[in-house]
Amino acid sequence: MSSHLGARIAQVLPTLLLVSILVFCLQQLMPGDPALVLAGEERDPAVLAQIRTELWLDRPLPIQYLHWIGGVVQGDLGFSWRIRQPVVSLVATKLPVTMQLGFMAFVIAVCIGVPMGILSAVKRNTKWDYLANSIGLAGLSTPNFWLGIMLILLISVKLGWLPPSGYVPLSEDWRLSLSTTIMPAFVLGNAIAAVLMRHTRSAMLTALDQDYIRTARAKGLSERVVILRHALRNALVPVVTLGALELGTLLSGAVLTEPVFSVPGFGKLIVDAVFNRDYPVVQGVVLVTATVYVMLNLLADILYVVINPRLRGA
Amino acid sequence: MSATTASIRLPAPQSPTKLAIRRFLRRPAAVFGLFVVVSFVAIALSAPWLAPFDPVKTSWTLIRKAPDAAHWMGTDENGRDVLSRVIWGARASMLAGVVSVTIAAFIGVPVGLIAGFVRGRTDTVLSRIVDAMLASPFLILAIALAAFLGPSLQNAMIAIGVSAAPVFMRVSRGATLDAGTHEYVEAARALGNPGWRVAIRHILPNIVPPVMVQATLAIATAIIAEASLSFLGLGQQPPQPSWGSMLNAAQRFLTQAPWLAIFPGAAIFLCVLSFNLVGDGLRDALDPRGK
Repeated sequence: MSSHLGARIAQVLPTLLLVSILVFCLQQLMPGDPALVLAGEERDPAVLAQIRTELWLDRPLPIQYLHWIGGVVQGDLGFSWRIRQPVVSLVATKLPVTMQLGFMAFVIAVCIGVPMGILSAVKRNTKWDYLANSIGLAGLSTPNFWLGIMLILLISVKLGWLPPSGYVPLSEDWRLSLSTTIMPAFVLGNAIAAVLMRHTRSAMLTALDQDYIRTARAKGLSERVVILRHALRNALVPVVTLGALELGTLLSGAVLTEPVFSVPGFGKLIVDAVFNRDYPVVQGVVLVTATVYVMLNLLADILYVVINPRLRGA
Repeated sequence: MSATTASIRLPAPQSPTKLAIRRFLRRPAAVFGLFVVVSFVAIALSAPWLAPFDPVKTSWTLIRKAPDAAHWMGTDENGRDVLSRVIWGARASMLAGVVSVTIAAFIGVPVGLIAGFVRGRTDTVLSRIVDAMLASPFLILAIALAAFLGPSLQNAMIAIGVSAAPVFMRVSRGATLDAGTHEYVEAARALGNPGWRVAIRHILPNIVPPVMVQATLAIATAIIAEASLSFLGLGQQPPQPSWGSMLNAAQRFLTQAPWLAIFPGAAIFLCVLSFNLVGDGLRDALDPRGK
């Protein structure tokens, strides 16, 4: 097991290195001179030259990359051109908001997706199966920003049950915090619930076909015990690992959901940075997201080995 | 002496394509999906004749009119007919879906074919690059690319295409590795065909089915991605209609004009759902074992 994990961790480093090169190269796609963007109305050649020197834009690309990645390794993701703050501190302020939203979304997704997947597999080829599959497919096909708008329209505008937008930190007032985050969390969790439902169904169908299930039934165990204690425990192994991978998609979902609900999180940070042409923030956010995603992939692999008894001794 | 002859009539062998079509047509959901997809394509192609009004013509006397007999889906904040904009929006969405998936396939399939066919170091290097691209969530990569390229439908299509390419590479690499184990490939090599010829003439046609399934599902993802980029202001630019940008504008008038948000969103949902149904149907028809 340890050699497998060691090899997997060793694979992560070159992947992260390549990610950093790709993220750095993004800046090269920018039309025109970054110094001109930063200078705004200022067209004084001396000022432009000073900006180029400060940003190392007057050096060859490999040197620029080494300078940038040297800073990244030391926790320096650059400086926001618009907000005039280090990108790291911006990320550190916004990430907890998105993490709260992501955690709630994941809990919602598990609470909806896993039971629906079990029901669909146990009642295979019945109306329950078709209904669960249809709901799952609808969840996958609904753009989350539209779902967000529709929920605001129904729950906030028509029924007046929840505030349509805004964010209150948990530490300030937990009730108000939950009331402002429950709708965006549901929207974020919707697509993941659909994916989890499909994975659970498929894993449960495989588990229910195994010999140990036949043995458990032959022993006279109740159907409830057979499904929950024998089939589900084994089916959850791939579901847990795939679920960990889905955490990464929460980050991209947040990009669309947070602006709809005016939640000042990580997603809104990248959208605002895009509109303000604040390229260091865009680069920093993409790099952080990719790093988190790679780490979640690694976590999924480790989880798979840890919770799968057959691989534990390998 | 009399000879007894018994003739056994064997059914004529059917081509795999015909069998796949038959299996596809047996799935009502997939057929429904195909019908809706074809309808959307027809709407997109015939938008100039089908749309009752000019989609960009504003009218100050018709601002935010609720749906009625003259304007079936109402009018927007500039007095433009929503139905006409939804019809024209289908064109942007379909174009974005097809073009970006074509870009993704043109990048991903050859790279996957080379990686799976050549193997060794080439495969390792190409696979690591693809891993790095897949390390960033699809939409974030597309947003970052679109942000750096500049906001336009054309750049959004390029951004979506490039971001979706790694998945095509993975699929075609896997299919190439699988095809490489078959006897017809060995036979083609034994006949003295050069490597490039074996890859293009013998392996490529056999990796088309999984690539086709991936393409259908990727169109659905690309349509949502284009709508997302337009919603964020990085895709189709106003006043040209796009479902995503219509939803963006609709947010400001939710209480006064909810129809502005309902119809474009429903169009995205129906279109994406149909492509997903077709993709699922195709997958089951082409690989019934995986069902």
